[in-house]
Amino acid sequence: MSSTSQTVKAGGGRLAALTAWIDARFPMTKLWKEQVSEYYAPKNMNFWYFFGSLAMLVLVIQILTGIFLTMNYKPSAAEAFGSVEYIMRDVNWGWLIRYMHSTGASAFFIVVYLHMFRGLLYGSYQKPRELLWIFGMLIYFALMGEAFFGYLLPWGNMSYWGAQVIVSLFGAIPYVGDSLMEWIRGDFYISDVTLNRFFALHVVALPIALIFLVIAHLMALHEVGSNNPDGVEIKKVKGPDGIPLDGIAFHPYYTVKDIVGVGVFLIAFCLIIFYAPTMGGYFLERANFEPANALQTPPHIAPVWYFTPFYAILRSVPSKPMGAALMGIAVLLFVFLPWLDRGKVKSIRYRGPIFKFFIIAFAISFLALGYLGTQPATPTYTTAARVFAVVYFAFFLLMPWYTSIDKTKPVPTRVTYHAH
Amino acid sequence: MTEEVDTGRRHFLTVATIATGAVGAAFAAVPFLASWQPRARAKAMGAPVEVDLSKVEPGAMVKVEWRGKAIYIVNRTPQMLEQLKGHDDRLRDPESKESDQPAFAKNVDRSMKPEWLVLVGVCTHLGCAPLDKFTAGDVTVAADWPGGFFCPCHGSKFDLSGRVFKDVPAPTNLPVPPYSFLSDTRILIGAEAGKA
Repeated sequence: MSSTSQTVKAGGGRLAALTAWIDARFPMTKLWKEQVSEYYAPKNMNFWYFFGSLAMLVLVIQILTGIFLTMNYKPSAAEAFGSVEYIMRDVNWGWLIRYMHSTGASAFFIVVYLHMFRGLLYGSYQKPRELLWIFGMLIYFALMGEAFFGYLLPWGNMSYWGAQVIVSLFGAIPYVGDSLMEWIRGDFYISDVTLNRFFALHVVALPIALIFLVIAHLMALHEVGSNNPDGVEIKKVKGPDGIPLDGIAFHPYYTVKDIVGVGVFLIAFCLIIFYAPTMGGYFLERANFEPANALQTPPHIAPVWYFTPFYAILRSVPSKPMGAALMGIAVLLFVFLPWLDRGKVKSIRYRGPIFKFFIIAFAISFLALGYLGTQPATPTYTTAARVFAVVYFAFFLLMPWYTSIDKTKPVPTRVTYHAH
Repeated sequence: MTEEVDTGRRHFLTVATIATGAVGAAFAAVPFLASWQPRARAKAMGAPVEVDLSKVEPGAMVKVEWRGKAIYIVNRTPQMLEQLKGHDDRLRDPESKESDQPAFAKNVDRSMKPEWLVLVGVCTHLGCAPLDKFTAGDVTVAADWPGGFFCPCHGSKFDLSGRVFKDVPAPTNLPVPPYSFLSDTRILIGAEAGKA
């Protein structure tokens, strides 16, 4: 490895002098080396490892398009719906910026769910990556907040009633529920006041929190090092130069690999923006093309797809406080994975059959709950949602038991890798 | 200055400084948290509303807005009042013990005058607007339906007094707002007689 790769040839005097001038005042080259060109990642990372960098890309897309939407959007009950239509029809390229933002919201959750599932597959939350996982979960919660607050802003009828339903969840808290709801709304109902404060949270408070959390997530990652599909700690086998034998520099190897992922992602992203921006009502719901109406509930209220697994759990319970509590627990359980998992190996490659059974059952139940959450609550669907909710909780709550009795395979000391 | 550092004193001062700072931060947080409470204008706009009932025919329902919520006013016919009987065992709270209503409405017909039903049209589950399904036996709800309100969001059912059925997600009966009659045909939603 060339630790001297940054030395500029003696002839290139000016640039080298500028770099030296900056480096004496700010650790530019040092940061670049530590975080990028001399950050050694396992050489066997597969396609599942695209989704972290893609999540960063989507964050950038959301911040950039969000800034430009703010320039034309009006956060007031009287003008919000009209200003979104104005962006769509009158602002030059406004439709593209808005569709990038609305599609970006769904894309964010797609890549984040895949990124999290990668963590489940390869045990990326296990020691020593517990804090890395917790920062990731905080990012996920902030993202849920962003999605919820952002969804009210177009002030469509689904925006309105979705906010109504979610704020009502806080009413399930005993004693303080009603006054808490009034405090969140700042009014006796979802009003102009509520819209205005949700706007502030969506465009200022949560984006700042998200950026800080992403930095913390990356710092924790670069401290402990990346996991890999074998779940082998590459730092345990180092060469004489102190570099892990199975490690390759993030730049250029993974920057180049990630660019391929970005290319594939952007093709899919553009196809959706140009040909299916509403995604048949899944990315932009039909009821939201009507302005908010406090006196008229949409015939069928469903959240956007990324919340539907939890929504299906909520309404499968015939008691409001219990339903709200179980939904909250369903989301929070992910945080405790590092301590629920008693497995001796990280990666699914060396796990036993019981874990494989449970993770497949979990994936199926998550998808099934997601589908059921978009559908009306008929008795058959409610029964199905209850069954899948039980499977969902069993995956987490039985984990200490089944991971400790499961028969694991021996883990190699080096990663498995086949040169292409 | 060769004395040893008094770590006990240093620890005490550190804790005292943190505690003082925390109290200050808590007080500084008050205005920000309180700014989220409904302001005077929002409270004023939540004032009572007056409704003319003379045009509401028997069997009909009108919706009025009070505090951004739909208030359902139903002119119940004697037959509709009959439909309230005979299904108490299917109700979660037939005597409105757990539900939200003024004292005068804590009865079977949940009203001041039996013919006038006044309800907050907000489902007690998650705040959707229940639909009026007054016809007994309406098959879009259930074959043994006695008539009432049906919430399209999550399938909660309420009878013609807004009393909730068992085995639905809504926990309590539809709330009755405070109201008073100014005359036989005029009603004031949002204030009980003698109370502000």
